[in-house]
Amino acid sequence: MAAIEQYNYDIVRKFSIMALIWGALGMSAGLYIALELAFPLMNFDIPELTFGRLRPVHTTLVIFGFGGSALFATSYYIVQRTCQARLFSKSLANFTFWGWQSIVVLGAISYVLGYSQGREYAEFAWPLDLLITVVWIAYLVIYVQTVRHRSQPHIYVANWFFLAFILATALLHVFNNLAVPVSMFSMTSYSAFSGVQDAMTQWWYGHNAVGFFLTAAFLGMMYYFVPKQAGRPVYSYRLSIIHFWALVFLYMWAGAHHLHWTALPDWTSTLAATFSIMLLLPSWGGMINGIMTLSGAWDKLRSDPIMLFLITALSFYGMSTFEGPLMALKSVNALSHYTDWTIGHVHSGALGWVAMVTFGSMYHLIPRLYDTDMYSKKLMYVHFFLASIGIVLYITALWVAGIGQGLMLRGFDEYGNLAYSFIETVIFLKQPYIWRAIGGAFFLAGMLVMIYNVFVTIGRAKKEVEILEAKIAAKLASA
Amino acid sequence: MRHEKIETNVGLLIVLTLIVISIGGLIEIVPLFFIDETIEQVQTPDGKDAIRPYSALETRGRDIYIREGCYLCHSQMIRPFRDEILRYGHYSLAAESQYDHPFQWGSKRTGPDLARVGGKYSNEWHKQHLMAPRSVMPDSIMPNYPWLQENSLAYNDIASRMKALRLVGVPYSLTDAEYEKNIERFGKGIADQLNIHAAEDNLVAQADQGNYDGDQSRLTEMDALVAYLQVLGTMVDFKQYEEGHFAEFR
Repeated sequence: MAAIEQYNYDIVRKFSIMALIWGALGMSAGLYIALELAFPLMNFDIPELTFGRLRPVHTTLVIFGFGGSALFATSYYIVQRTCQARLFSKSLANFTFWGWQSIVVLGAISYVLGYSQGREYAEFAWPLDLLITVVWIAYLVIYVQTVRHRSQPHIYVANWFFLAFILATALLHVFNNLAVPVSMFSMTSYSAFSGVQDAMTQWWYGHNAVGFFLTAAFLGMMYYFVPKQAGRPVYSYRLSIIHFWALVFLYMWAGAHHLHWTALPDWTSTLAATFSIMLLLPSWGGMINGIMTLSGAWDKLRSDPIMLFLITALSFYGMSTFEGPLMALKSVNALSHYTDWTIGHVHSGALGWVAMVTFGSMYHLIPRLYDTDMYSKKLMYVHFFLASIGIVLYITALWVAGIGQGLMLRGFDEYGNLAYSFIETVIFLKQPYIWRAIGGAFFLAGMLVMIYNVFVTIGRAKKEVEILEAKIAAKLASA
Repeated sequence: MRHEKIETNVGLLIVLTLIVISIGGLIEIVPLFFIDETIEQVQTPDGKDAIRPYSALETRGRDIYIREGCYLCHSQMIRPFRDEILRYGHYSLAAESQYDHPFQWGSKRTGPDLARVGGKYSNEWHKQHLMAPRSVMPDSIMPNYPWLQENSLAYNDIASRMKALRLVGVPYSLTDAEYEKNIERFGKGIADQLNIHAAEDNLVAQADQGNYDGDQSRLTEMDALVAYLQVLGTMVDFKQYEEGHFAEFR
């Protein structure tokens, strides 16, 4: 009970619950647009439901709603626990909560209504971009102030990653969204840059949204919850220093690998390819540091579903950070770019790494927030297997789709003519698209199982508190 | 320096992190604004700029293209590969998207590339295809866009839109001096199209003459979108250049 009073757990609870809700909504949106690709009838001739407008809804709900809320929750928890200090300013923390939730809600509404900046993962219209900036500054202030009030001389490694994530996201967000609005009352704006420079800025942002929002920050999560759950210190302190500095330095160079063979100058994309390959080293350094933390306690994989989630997440992290540099090679990229292989790759990172490490961390975190135990261990296993099957189906289907389409598009017949028309590749994609949707449905089902498990856990915890309080009240009354 | 110094001082940690994360962007992005070869000079035989900013109507069409999220399934960037050149045409030049705020190169081809779709199909085909893609391409998975034909085009703010684009560097003219400069740079016909004061008249006139949606009685969103699609990739006449001319810029 002491920790519950000492720290601001209320804000962590709120963000945790919203993370789960956004997760379910965002994955549902993803499943729906996956079905639209397999069955175009599902666009229903309704503008608000078409793939083009719903796709940013999906990406925004899962990245900023689910991922963002999970990061706020875990970073606010971790910074308090590792600094042994209460979170700075309750009201400012609540502002970040309501601010962030309104950004996600308003973003989703504005996309279906057709207000989009036309920049992937940065579709927010300019007034929302301003709101994001304000909330983000508040987040930075809270984080730094809490670290400053720490009662430990050392800043724990998880906090380095969270700090780098907050700083880098601020930098990327501001420069990528520089734009001139049509008027004060118009949701439309035109970006400050155009063509080549705009493309480079956007993918510097886009790739580092992955690098910092979806990687560095979740590594912060990993560096706290893996050792905690394993009950052992991080495998190598030295490795975590190298991991941190190399990762944050190298990631920022890699964005232009999204622009291989385009009108971007060759020197830029060659640099990006080079740094992408180098990025394999810190990525795997981090993976090894996480997985080896379990050395000597491997048996936990047999008895602890949380450990299973965390270690599987690290394995997928290793896999997708191997696949990434591979796809950043110009020769491979010539085939993979513009195809579903990219979408599959993103999801092996997003589902396999980001979501799995979040699930593991939340299963660790939520019972502690409510001073109880998870309602059902069995349901945690059910979730784990639904999610794992879902990921495997999903990425396999899109390997087939992406590599298949890439090969068809570059195929020539014996006379040197193109072997396939574009529409023939669309016909080919139908089967993989159906399998992809099935994989997504598995993953979503797992998410729903988790929500059920968590809500029963919270409900029971609240009831226990009530009973306890009633007992105390009765005792006091009789005394 | 021992790492202990950094991890016991949050100010130092922040400053060092900021330096380390800034280097990549500074080296890769900033030079693109200053190296001349980044964007080719593409000129017509009479010495004018071949690439012009979009007309008022095309600009509105482009807005609709972004509103509907077309860029999520269609790229506008042809790569220098044999199959792409056979399928779509000459590879895309940097100059061709120099007035694109934001760029619409895209990242995924669920449908084909559109960088040179202009002039490939008739206006009637585009209208039919946008209304009901499967009526012309039975296996297409593109949504129907019937509302483009139902919605009247809103264009009362076209001047403000062009003014905003002018502020980010598109040479639409507001003053006489800018107009004169545009005549020199693009020729009189195009300079007139880029004149913000005549934006509304130009927009209506282009829609009337082009008759993009086959319905002269109304100005629809279909008019604007088809006008935009029909200009994509048509500004450079590649027959005028020797093979390999543009390779030196890459």
